[in-house]
Amino acid sequence: MFGLGILSGLLILPLVGAAFILSLRGDEASVRSNARMAALITTLVTLALALVAWARFDVASPQFQLIESHAWLSETIRFKLGVDGFSMPFVLLTAFLMPFCILASWESIEHRMKEYMVAFLVLETLMIGVFVALDLVLFYIFFEAGLIPMFLIIGIWGGKRRIYASFKFFLYTLLGSVLMLLAIMAMYWSAGTTDITQLLAHKFTKELQPWLWLAFFASFAVKMPMWPVHTWLPDAHVEAPTAGSVILAGILLKMGGYGFIRFSIPMFPDASQYFAPMVYALSVIAIIYTSLVALMQEDIKKLIAYSSVAHMGFVTMGLFTLTPQGIQGAMFQMVSHGLVSGALFLCVGVVYDRMHTREIKAYGGLTNRMPVYAVLFMVFTMANVGLPGTAGFVGEFLTLLGAFKANPWVAFFATFGVILSAAYALWLYRRVMFGELDKPELKGITDVDRREMVLLVPLAVLTVYYGLRPGAILDAFAAPTDLLIKNYQAAVTATKTALLVVQ
Amino acid sequence: MAAIPNLMPALPELLLAVGALAMVLIGAFQGEKSLRLLEIMAVALFAVAGLVVLSQTGKQITFSGAFVADGFGRFMKVLTLIGAAAAVVMSSDYIRREGMARFEYPILIVLATIGMMMMISANDLIALYVGVELQSLALYVVAAMNRDDEKSSEAGLKYFVLGALSSGMLLYGMSLVYGFTGTVTFDGIAEALAHGGAGGHKIGLGLVFGLVFMAAGLAFKISAVPFHMWTPDVYEGSPTAVTAFFAAAPKMAAMAMTVRVFVGAFPGAIGDWRQIIIFIAAASMVLGAFAAIGQRNIKRLMAYSSIGHMGFALVGLAAGTVSGVQGVAIYMAIYLVMTLGAFACILCMRRDGRMVEDIEELGGLSQSQPLMAFCLAMLLFSLAGIPPLAGFFAKFYVFTAAIEAKLYYLAVIGVIASVVGAYYYLRIVKIIYFDKPKGAFETMTPALKGVLALSSAMVLVFWLVPGPLVSSALAAAKSLF
Repeated sequence: MFGLGILSGLLILPLVGAAFILSLRGDEASVRSNARMAALITTLVTLALALVAWARFDVASPQFQLIESHAWLSETIRFKLGVDGFSMPFVLLTAFLMPFCILASWESIEHRMKEYMVAFLVLETLMIGVFVALDLVLFYIFFEAGLIPMFLIIGIWGGKRRIYASFKFFLYTLLGSVLMLLAIMAMYWSAGTTDITQLLAHKFTKELQPWLWLAFFASFAVKMPMWPVHTWLPDAHVEAPTAGSVILAGILLKMGGYGFIRFSIPMFPDASQYFAPMVYALSVIAIIYTSLVALMQEDIKKLIAYSSVAHMGFVTMGLFTLTPQGIQGAMFQMVSHGLVSGALFLCVGVVYDRMHTREIKAYGGLTNRMPVYAVLFMVFTMANVGLPGTAGFVGEFLTLLGAFKANPWVAFFATFGVILSAAYALWLYRRVMFGELDKPELKGITDVDRREMVLLVPLAVLTVYYGLRPGAILDAFAAPTDLLIKNYQAAVTATKTALLVVQ
Repeated sequence: MAAIPNLMPALPELLLAVGALAMVLIGAFQGEKSLRLLEIMAVALFAVAGLVVLSQTGKQITFSGAFVADGFGRFMKVLTLIGAAAAVVMSSDYIRREGMARFEYPILIVLATIGMMMMISANDLIALYVGVELQSLALYVVAAMNRDDEKSSEAGLKYFVLGALSSGMLLYGMSLVYGFTGTVTFDGIAEALAHGGAGGHKIGLGLVFGLVFMAAGLAFKISAVPFHMWTPDVYEGSPTAVTAFFAAAPKMAAMAMTVRVFVGAFPGAIGDWRQIIIFIAAASMVLGAFAAIGQRNIKRLMAYSSIGHMGFALVGLAAGTVSGVQGVAIYMAIYLVMTLGAFACILCMRRDGRMVEDIEELGGLSQSQPLMAFCLAMLLFSLAGIPPLAGFFAKFYVFTAAIEAKLYYLAVIGVIASVVGAYYYLRIVKIIYFDKPKGAFETMTPALKGVLALSSAMVLVFWLVPGPLVSSALAAAKSLF
């Protein structure tokens, strides 16, 4: 239609919904209900379109598909879109999580519903754009532009320290990203193009690679976030509204991992090999240190935020093992963490909407009044721990396997993270759910209602389903993983041979 | 008697000059009541001059080589004319309400604009100086236009004293350059640099001195560090409508002149002037970013913001390449749009009949005037250089040029300064969106609404259709090389 492909459709649809919501007029109550209904319909249609794209997508091929290219800044910087096995799961994940975000905000957003929904729909476009962009400049624009709606979401609809959190989020991520922008420019002058498909085939010189790698690392490490640049995440998570936390944990954090797998590893293979030990070290520190920090948290959201940092540690570790298992595991971990942590934040939102506090101390004995909630929360807690049979297990297991192949010590230390995650997650569960229901405010608390069931049950089903049938996700990026590893090995071998020849 | 020189290349300037004289006559005979007519005439003159500029083609030199009309000049002239026309439109309501509705106002703006166009088209040192002085003298008067207001008079005087000093430095530098090269035309200077001296490219110390003094004078005109001190005071003291004019059109002309002098007259001395430009650019970006953080007055803040933006634009000049000049041209075009939009908002910060200038007064604007708040927020994000807004592309092109020229440190300083700068723009967004409402401002006049709507629309959708600006800036840049 109009010369645009299905991926452009995915970018345009949420914007159309946002424009429609902006045009709503009338009294406050009707605008409020119309806005959220329109947003829900928009996100559902977008999800349907994403599924259509998925149906047209050939899983067996490692190549970019559904490609479209339009004239843009110049002949060499074009508006080019496309997906492969690494990006398609994230497109689906984004489109899948958005209706949940809208539903989660159904009642809990009390003022300025119209603006809220517009911000979320714009954010959806930008997030999908990050994963479908096949031009570096275009990627950067989507990558950075997401800061604006997220800044507003945290700042306007956030908690008490929302202003501090929103500024920290914005400036931290911006500082990381501007260095990547300079690297993108350097790549442009070196390769003469910003087309990702051509850049993947381009060999950057050995002198240039470390600098480019570090610049990209600055951006993605902040976004992941990796220790020690993770401190913005707990603040942002705690202050953001529930749906904002879901998006942060579910999608925005994954952009860092996606960046590593899309740019850093295939484009700078020598530098990736060179810096891998540093990434291991940072990942292992993140896994152990943030798990310990999570143990001591008194705020439920903060605890989950720190556990996210630990889980992302597994992702970075897995990616830089540069083994098929490690990379597949990291990809799987990102998708499953998107579902599980999103669900956990939704769970926190359920009790927060009732009690307006996230302090662990304020709860206790919820099983008595909220049995269904307790079961659902249990499923997600177990997935967070990495219990076999849940989606959380597969990713951790594969990344550890990859790490063991690459460096047994890394695997040894990272495994402590699995134990620690059980400690903090189960302890959290015990303090919130079990025990006597002796707090007077909790006496009248009600179990999940129908809307919340609609929110949580599908996620719980998927969490278990992907735990039992991981192949459903793993197949999607099997082909590109093979290609990535093959190209990486070839590049590293070529460099080695060149070195030998020189000697 | 010498033959009459070819007047066609200078037709826009001549039109404006004849128009300005006609306006003086009308004003003198009809007095204050002719203000409306004069405003319309001024805008019409700018429009006609703009059309004539656009209809010119190729590179035309006239007045014995003193005046050049080329692609670069046309590009910057159109920007200047847009800035001047917008200033007249935006100030129309303001000058009446603030009791400075004098017929001289539009006339002075037209005269200043003629000076700016001369600066852009000047192809020798004397024409350049004449342009600078014509512009500056008109601007000094406009700054002090609200003569009963202490601050406005102070601003005018300060601008005059410091402006005279900088003109002196410029003139001193020019005389040194003339003395050591024996010519005042840019082409002649470039020629002398290329072939002068026995050692081929060896440049004499005296010439370098001249270059430094000229750079100082030019830096003053674009308000770059370390010659920026006048900017915050003049911005704050001048009537807001005048500040809007200062922030837009003169910056275009001064930057165009700076680029033409360095790239046109001193291409052979790039090693010498590049260090100066690199320092000025880096210092401006850093100072603009840090000094703006503490500001409470929105006009002062915009002054520091403009200092920073000039630093960013100079990054393109430091590269000294075609893509660098293209970057400067794109930067100035986008800066013009953003700054006009921002001042359209500042001009309507009026409560209970009085102008307010404290940033805190914008509190909760998103609830009292959501549309204006949204436009202003987008302009601020764009000024901060956040994609996908136009301001990002402005920075993108200058930094791309810097990377191409291997000025890595400058680029790194620049992007870090832009992150620091983002902080103070975000602070305004925070006040607009997160703070408690302070009540609405008085309704915007249609003129201000139009300017704001146009500029925010351009900032928002630029990323969808960047082609026209990028390619015309490229054509403009190529005409200099």
